[in-house]
Amino acid sequence: MNKVTMKLGDLTCPSCMTKIEGALNHQTGVQNVKVLFNASKIKAEFDDSQTSADDLANVVTDLGYEVKSSKVKAL
Amino acid sequence: MTVQRYIYQHTTPITFWSAGLIILGFLNTWFVHLSAVTATAWIIASVIAAAPIVLRAISALKAKVFSIELLVSIAVIGAFAIGEFEESAIVTFLFLFGSYLEQKTLAKTRGAIKSLTDMAPTTATLLAANGTTSEVDVDDLDEGDVVIVKAGGQVPVDGTVTSGSGYVNEASITGESRPINKQTGDTVFSGAIVESGTVQITATQVGDETTFAKIIELVEEAQDTKSPAEKFIDKFAQYYTPAVLVIAILVFLFSRDLRLAITVLVLGCPGALVIGAPVSNVAGIGNGAKHGILIKGGDVVDSLAKVDTLVFDKTGTLTTGKMTVTATQSYTTDRALLAGVAQVEQTSDHPLAQAIVQHLNAHLTESTADMTTETVKGRGMIGTWQGAPLYVGNAKLLTENDISLTAAQLKDLHTMQDDGQSTVLVGYQGQLVYILGVADQIRPEVPAALAALKRQGIKHLVMLTGDNQATADAVAASLAIDEVHADLLPADKVTFVKKFQDQGRHVAFVGDGINDSPSLATANIGIAMGGGTDVAIETADVVLMQSSFTALNHAVGLARKTSANTKQNITIAILTVVFLLIGLVYGYIYMASGMFVHEASILVVIFNAMRLIGYHPRVAKQHPAASHQLATN
Repeated sequence: MNKVTMKLGDLTCPSCMTKIEGALNHQTGVQNVKVLFNASKIKAEFDDSQTSADDLANVVTDLGYEVKSSKVKAL
Repeated sequence: MTVQRYIYQHTTPITFWSAGLIILGFLNTWFVHLSAVTATAWIIASVIAAAPIVLRAISALKAKVFSIELLVSIAVIGAFAIGEFEESAIVTFLFLFGSYLEQKTLAKTRGAIKSLTDMAPTTATLLAANGTTSEVDVDDLDEGDVVIVKAGGQVPVDGTVTSGSGYVNEASITGESRPINKQTGDTVFSGAIVESGTVQITATQVGDETTFAKIIELVEEAQDTKSPAEKFIDKFAQYYTPAVLVIAILVFLFSRDLRLAITVLVLGCPGALVIGAPVSNVAGIGNGAKHGILIKGGDVVDSLAKVDTLVFDKTGTLTTGKMTVTATQSYTTDRALLAGVAQVEQTSDHPLAQAIVQHLNAHLTESTADMTTETVKGRGMIGTWQGAPLYVGNAKLLTENDISLTAAQLKDLHTMQDDGQSTVLVGYQGQLVYILGVADQIRPEVPAALAALKRQGIKHLVMLTGDNQATADAVAASLAIDEVHADLLPADKVTFVKKFQDQGRHVAFVGDGINDSPSLATANIGIAMGGGTDVAIETADVVLMQSSFTALNHAVGLARKTSANTKQNITIAILTVVFLLIGLVYGYIYMASGMFVHEASILVVIFNAMRLIGYHPRVAKQHPAASHQLATN
């Protein structure tokens, strides 16, 4: 398992959190998605045999949120 | 997909284009009267401004979320359908412009945490084994690596100074900005700034493991940990948005009035309500973080604001926890004897003896090689000074060796003991020659801080201690403490905390986080004073990075202000909705004006929360004379 931390552009509506969380949780191989509203960060664990950090970043970008940087750490 | 991204990335220019087109429409209506220009301008404005809103609404729907954007999208499409282009243009513009302003102002409330993350070191100068240095990313450092930090540079790791020395400012960790001298063997924290000198540091913790990284992570998570009120509002909002949609449909079905139905959609946006509570907490917690006060979330803010009983552990909290000699009674003119006393005490590791050695350090000039001492259990020590035995210990040691105290000496002894000092007697050649009083000093700021806490609305101040009753009473007597319990084991302290809770009190326990974790955990709020240790950061609800009572005043005051601010914001939000409903019923409010009031109310709650950023408690000036010197056992 890997853990990805994505830094987003400033999040302004709390409902964005539910949206991002829902979308990432629907991806296969993703778990423990946590959206930090005030820090504008996403933390999620994923199985690198099923998806990748870039795939996840794309999901978020397609929802309409800018991914500024992303950092992956092996768990 | 690319069109979608393009629109998202250009939302701000779209907002301003839309504003320009709306103004163009009005100018034409008022002055030029060219047919079709006004309608065309407003149609284009509506379409371009609606694009990002509709796209977001769709993407949210795909994630099975009913978003505010959905309400606005439907309303705008409805307005379009009935030819209300002016309304649709203004509503979409206001919605986008509101989001833009929200983003700008929210960034201000989040400023404290941002400035903290900006302080995180990014690069380091790594010293290789062969003596060459290279600039590397902090993420590439490992434990055991040696880094060099020059004046003006930032410490990139937690570690130990292995060579060099300098003055280091640890404001990013403790919130207290002052240079601290660091020598070989001293610990330094990542994020600290070296103000002068050059130090070589061997890393003990790197990257996410450093204290600074942990503080940032903690604060980030804290700002998102919701208070019960926020959780309730979140739940509420989850059902509220679809409910508004249903109500709007019902309104249309019964009234057959599309205008009214879409107005309901716009008015129903939960705006200020969902942002009001989190924005107060983020500003409040940010203020704390800037002053070295880590509050672990909105729920903690809420709970801390309700505290009416503060329970203190004495040693290391109310007092410095360090024993020092505070009084010396002399019955001899032979000052040289003090060297003998110092030499005797040097052979003991008893805390009292160590305090005395430190006090008499200046007298220690001669070698201690020929000093042989004998320890008498429960009494003290016997050494020799110039051929005669030197007794250093309690009264029993002296009387057992045929040294009796005069009435005046006994009176002195009792006065010192009643003051809460621990006493050490020195006997030599059949006489009492010295009484030394040793005490654990009350922190100088405590009396003023406790008085301030009372003014802040804490009703009950309690001191619990493992020390004896006399010492405890003496400490309490000089402070505004309401209740004192002495001779307690850690488990007894927990029992007291539980007892207070059973009496219906909301209890905060203040300790140094070292041996009082059970009490910290049991109390409604555990406050660790003098953090910087992993244990304190993990166990307590509130961590005061600097061991100071002023920080405690700040934390309590801040929690109360933040909690009140949250309530104000919720009130503002609810009043806005009530105002809009009344306006709707009486026909004063329509789509555009409704959206305006909504966006304005959101800005009002954000501005209200911003008042917390600069919060600072008013604590009376300290009176150094008010500090008392007291003893622990």
